[in-house]
Amino acid sequence: MQPSLFSASHLTVSQVTFRIRKLLEGDLELQDVWVEGEISNFSRPASGHLYFTLKDKNASLRCVIWKTDAARLRMTLRDGLSIEAHGKIAVYEPQGQYQLIANIVQPKGEGELFQEYLRLKAMLEAEGLFDPERKRPIPELPRKIGIVTSATGAALRDMLNTLRRRLPLVHIILAPSPVQGMDAPPALVNALVDINRQNPDVILLARGGGSIEDLWAFNDEHVVRAVVDSNAPIICGVGHETDFTLCDFAADLRAPTPTAAAELATPVTINDLAGHLENARMRLTSLMDDMLAEREASVSSLAARLKYASPSRRIQSEGQYLDELARRSLTVFLHVNQLQSVRLRGLASRLEALNPLAVLQRGYAVVTRKSDRTVVSKVGQAEGRMTVRVSDGEFDVTGIT
Amino acid sequence: MAKSKVAEKNTEELTYEEALAELEQIVSALEGDASRNSLEESMKLFERGQALVARCGALLEAAQLKVEKLAGETVIPFEEESA
Repeated sequence: MQPSLFSASHLTVSQVTFRIRKLLEGDLELQDVWVEGEISNFSRPASGHLYFTLKDKNASLRCVIWKTDAARLRMTLRDGLSIEAHGKIAVYEPQGQYQLIANIVQPKGEGELFQEYLRLKAMLEAEGLFDPERKRPIPELPRKIGIVTSATGAALRDMLNTLRRRLPLVHIILAPSPVQGMDAPPALVNALVDINRQNPDVILLARGGGSIEDLWAFNDEHVVRAVVDSNAPIICGVGHETDFTLCDFAADLRAPTPTAAAELATPVTINDLAGHLENARMRLTSLMDDMLAEREASVSSLAARLKYASPSRRIQSEGQYLDELARRSLTVFLHVNQLQSVRLRGLASRLEALNPLAVLQRGYAVVTRKSDRTVVSKVGQAEGRMTVRVSDGEFDVTGIT
Repeated sequence: MAKSKVAEKNTEELTYEEALAELEQIVSALEGDASRNSLEESMKLFERGQALVARCGALLEAAQLKVEKLAGETVIPFEEESA
């Protein structure tokens, strides 16, 4: 092709490259794209970044996964694997290279699985199988727990350790079943039917983490329906926290992991029971103590009243009364006595004052007629022979008229 | 409060739930019409209550997780793999 001297652009390498970069990085579809192909030239240098080429029949595309995204990959990459890689197209200018900067990688066909998952989910949801009203409560204190999971593997071990720690009183029955592969779905259905015949209080349906393919049995329609038909409530703990299988939606309770499922099945632990028992014991003892104390108080008060009303007390009290009376009568007697003396003395002196012989002391004389011994109180009574009595004796006198 | 009782099971025969339920009843009965129970009745209830506490305590102490598995229709002991 003859370059046209006048119309073609003259650009530097950088400018051309920049132009190419703008084109590719400005294409929105290429900035958020899934690319399917086979891995070749895979390398993993010390930096931690992953480099490989994706190719199909006619073309190849260089890819890189940066270290941080590489650490989060859930599958191991190697040459020959068919994968789908998600990322964006970028241009590495120094080498004039375009490449896919991938952040997520999955096995080929997993995208198809996801579509199927969405389809089934929509269908079963429309039937009402995931309705919240269908979900039954989990018993607080189960006596018997059924477990449907693989007999080998960490999920069962973790669950048994958790149950042993939280509620060793409970009786566990395992219905072992494969949890991935083609024979898993029918085996899981049978296990769920069989374990229900043992009438457990709750069933744990569990499986450890894995890819969407590994967990696919728990998206199987028949298994989901068996979960719905279960007599006993089901706690589903499949995969990691972010995995949601259709059994998770159909179960009565979803747990993020198998261990969490075991915890949710035992809301009341043996520690709670021991505490509860200790409370009951204390209530019992304190009730009896109260009752005995009350009765004792009642008996004491009766005893006090009895003592108060007793005859001996009455006798004591009467005795005291008598003493009191005696004391009072003595007082009265003495008082009366005193009064009488005073009165006596009074009378005595009055009597004394009236004593006729006292008059004689004062110089008066008592004259009496010798003849008839009458007292001469008037002149007319005087006669010849009279006796004169003075204070210290008497003498005779002859009256002269 | 009814004086006649259904024959009481020996505490050794009670499951944890049965023993606990009866214990709850006894404590409620003692808490309730405390004045109506004769002293003798109360003492009997109290002793039964203590026996039930002992039974529950013994069950809690002795509890060891019992694990079995289904083999077809039958239930057989399950041997766990050592971690």
